[in-house]
Amino acid sequence: MPLLWILVIVLCLGVAGYVLGRQRAMASAGGDRRILHSLPSYYGANVSIFTIVPALLVLTIWLFVQPVVIERQVTSMITDTAIEDAGSRGLVMTDVRRVAEGLEVAIEQGALTSEEAQNIRTEFTNVRSRLGEVGVALGGEVTPEVLDAAQRYRELNRIGNQMMTIVVLILAALGLGYAYARTHQEFRARNTVEYAILTILVLASTIAILTTVGIVLSMLFETFNFFQLYPAQDFFFGTEWAPTFESDASELGLLPLLWGTMYVSVIALLVAVPIGLFAAIYMAEYASARVRSFAKPLIEILAGIPTIVYGLFALITVGPLLRDYFAEPLGLGTSSSSVMTAGIVMGIMLIPFVSSLSDDIINAVPQSLRDGSFGLGATHSETVKQVILPAALPGIVGAILLAASRAIGETMIVVLGAGAAARLDLNPFEAMTTVTVKIVGQLTGDTDFSSPEALVAFALGLTLFVITLGLNVMALYIVRRYREQYE
Amino acid sequence: MSDATAPSPTAPTSSLLKQDDRTRRRNRAETRFRAYGMAAVIVGILALVLLLTSILSNGLSSFRQTFITFPVTLAEERLDPQGNRNPEEMARVTTFGYAPLLGQSFVEHVQSMGIETDLGPREMAAMISDEAPGQLRAMVLANPDIVGETITLELLAGGRIDGFFKGRVTMASAERDNNVSPEQLLLAEALREQGVMDTRFNWDFITAPDASGQRPEAAGLGVAILGSFYMMIVVLVLALPIGVAASIYLEEFAPKNRFTDLIEVNISNLAAVPSIVFGILGLAIFINFAGLPQSAPIVGGLVLTLMTLPTIIIATRASLRAVPPSIRSAALGLGASKMQSVFHHVLPLAAPGILTGTIIGLAQALGETAPLLLIGMVAFVREYPSAPPDGFFDPASALPVQVYNWTQRSDPAFVERASGAIIVLLVFLIFMNAVAILLRRRFERRW
Repeated sequence: MPLLWILVIVLCLGVAGYVLGRQRAMASAGGDRRILHSLPSYYGANVSIFTIVPALLVLTIWLFVQPVVIERQVTSMITDTAIEDAGSRGLVMTDVRRVAEGLEVAIEQGALTSEEAQNIRTEFTNVRSRLGEVGVALGGEVTPEVLDAAQRYRELNRIGNQMMTIVVLILAALGLGYAYARTHQEFRARNTVEYAILTILVLASTIAILTTVGIVLSMLFETFNFFQLYPAQDFFFGTEWAPTFESDASELGLLPLLWGTMYVSVIALLVAVPIGLFAAIYMAEYASARVRSFAKPLIEILAGIPTIVYGLFALITVGPLLRDYFAEPLGLGTSSSSVMTAGIVMGIMLIPFVSSLSDDIINAVPQSLRDGSFGLGATHSETVKQVILPAALPGIVGAILLAASRAIGETMIVVLGAGAAARLDLNPFEAMTTVTVKIVGQLTGDTDFSSPEALVAFALGLTLFVITLGLNVMALYIVRRYREQYE
Repeated sequence: MSDATAPSPTAPTSSLLKQDDRTRRRNRAETRFRAYGMAAVIVGILALVLLLTSILSNGLSSFRQTFITFPVTLAEERLDPQGNRNPEEMARVTTFGYAPLLGQSFVEHVQSMGIETDLGPREMAAMISDEAPGQLRAMVLANPDIVGETITLELLAGGRIDGFFKGRVTMASAERDNNVSPEQLLLAEALREQGVMDTRFNWDFITAPDASGQRPEAAGLGVAILGSFYMMIVVLVLALPIGVAASIYLEEFAPKNRFTDLIEVNISNLAAVPSIVFGILGLAIFINFAGLPQSAPIVGGLVLTLMTLPTIIIATRASLRAVPPSIRSAALGLGASKMQSVFHHVLPLAAPGILTGTIIGLAQALGETAPLLLIGMVAFVREYPSAPPDGFFDPASALPVQVYNWTQRSDPAFVERASGAIIVLLVFLIFMNAVAILLRRRFERRW
């Protein structure tokens, strides 16, 4: 039975369960809902939950387990000679699966009856061309052995699906019966239903953990594979980045990429921190309510603009501008994509990040400190420099660290603005590249996931993840540890 | 002589009326400091203005396109040699069969207008876009009865001719360009005066699919907008319920223990993980491990969901926290269970805040590019994805990725296209944010 039908039947049973449970509860109370422990709808929902949840749970597990089991059964049928001919066990199994699926498609389209498909023989029929007619392309001729395996595969699949249908439907019926039998006016239906809801809530909140685990595991696993193919110390301490896709001569050193990343980030912070900090001070301390009400949202718009927009801005405006007015007259280079381009544009992107965080922190410094300072005769700027900034310093350092972590992980601006040449150089008007650019470069398009040139991207990703995580944790720690508590 | 007139041994060094050097210095420092602050704000705003004007000035012209209007004779012996108007047989005539027809009709039309030109027929025909024969073929196959007639068509002009009318291509640059000659530009100028060529608003930029690197004039955003839309549906359907459920648990039910601490730390960390890392996750888990297709909106939607969840959770928790405890106490006092008090009373009151947060999260997801590059959304896709639910698994592009894609092509006309695509993206973002602000203004409750 197709999956969709199983789902529909289970859901229909669930709905029926709701109606039945509700009726039975009302009947047990003699039609007086005041006698019931819970509201009538809870009794209905309880029966529904017992009908649907176990059945769907088993269905999901079955769908994951069945292919693995069948694969193992069928694999044992294939002899070693067939494996040697095809190259690897995986390739033979791919053929088996394609033939099996092709036969199913042929039956579905009416090109073969199910008996014909059962009895098809490589000796009498050209299986490949028969399947080609229905749009299933096979790589090579079908050997009798593969055909046998494919028939076995189909057979097992059919049995598995039948069993799954029976088990799931029985389970749904059992759940319905069990919950229906338990429905009685004193049964605490609400508690069961609420427990089920609470479980869903807990599961939803564990997705955050699962995501982190997924990120770390996916990168750790592939990074491990990478280090099997490429020595770790060459990766971490190599000063050359020159991947070639032909031979084993690739140089995959991290240092030039890390240097580019740091250089761009430092320039970005040199732009963003002074501007953002001064803007925050002006906004919090000097600006009138009217100026604040239009300047603050305007600057915060910068934070809502997608990074691809900044990237294009770097590519078509800032890059050529810097090249024509600074780099070429000063004789520093002729490239429009450069560390400076990416750094300045990224700095603009980070301004609102620094300014709004610092603004909040400055506003959190109590008025009494300012009044005290004014009372001693300090000017406003002296108050800011000597009282407010020291009090707000941990928060501001935290904000800068968060901005730095943003800068290091930023991708589109550097992809479009910084260039792709990996080099260790001091000239800021030279094109350099960053960790994120190379992750995009190595993983975009068709890549072969067994070569070190593709796997290196996972090692780069892990490096990036560790660096940004470290900065974030440090920022949180500084903010928590040194925060002044005002009453 | 009184003591008062005698100079006192400790004469006051300053007075309120006359500032001394030190006060003047301090006041100057004060003014300077203030000026720095003002300058910083102005620099910030200027950067915004510069950014927007740069994009607008480059991109606005992409919404307009140059068309050539002339009569085309659809010769029967070329398009339908059998003469039976059977679309299947007519489909054997490829676009190469249509191109000479167009060229010939165009040359005849120019001659009939009496315009003098040194150009040969081949060079004149090159002024029509390479996309035009394909469009004509689709038109003829859809309606075979027009074969044999002479119909007046509006066809795209080539990218360079279009660039000439928009000021991107000049006589001087045409001298150096292999794809266009100054004579062609002169002819284009003459044709415009005659009204054969004109530049006007072009809906195809928004609805048509992408075109190859040699045909910037035909490239459109249709597939990208549809792909982005599908992804937003996936994000909305997954991120909103999961985010709200997680926030309710953390804010209302979670006991203070290690497990909830772990969740909290994870959420705040995920909010700061670089977006490209989510792309790696999507590639490793959704594509390589789970076997979902590349370039599919479902994978993009899943990745963006994981990225958007922290935003939605943080916003939802803030608005749940803003609902005063008295509401909960009142519900509990009337006999509601904890679950009922949350779902029947707290959640509806927090709904506007949750919605605002969700829209802002969606807007963020809409502009995100880097993770989508890794899951194969950069592929060149000309086919529209089919209707949901199958369409979620079809290859598609996305708006920001389309921008990136166009920046990687060599023809300078694509810079204009990329900026135009960004304008479309920004319009969507402005719309979403405006809705969020309106919702907040309209429904936000102060307790």
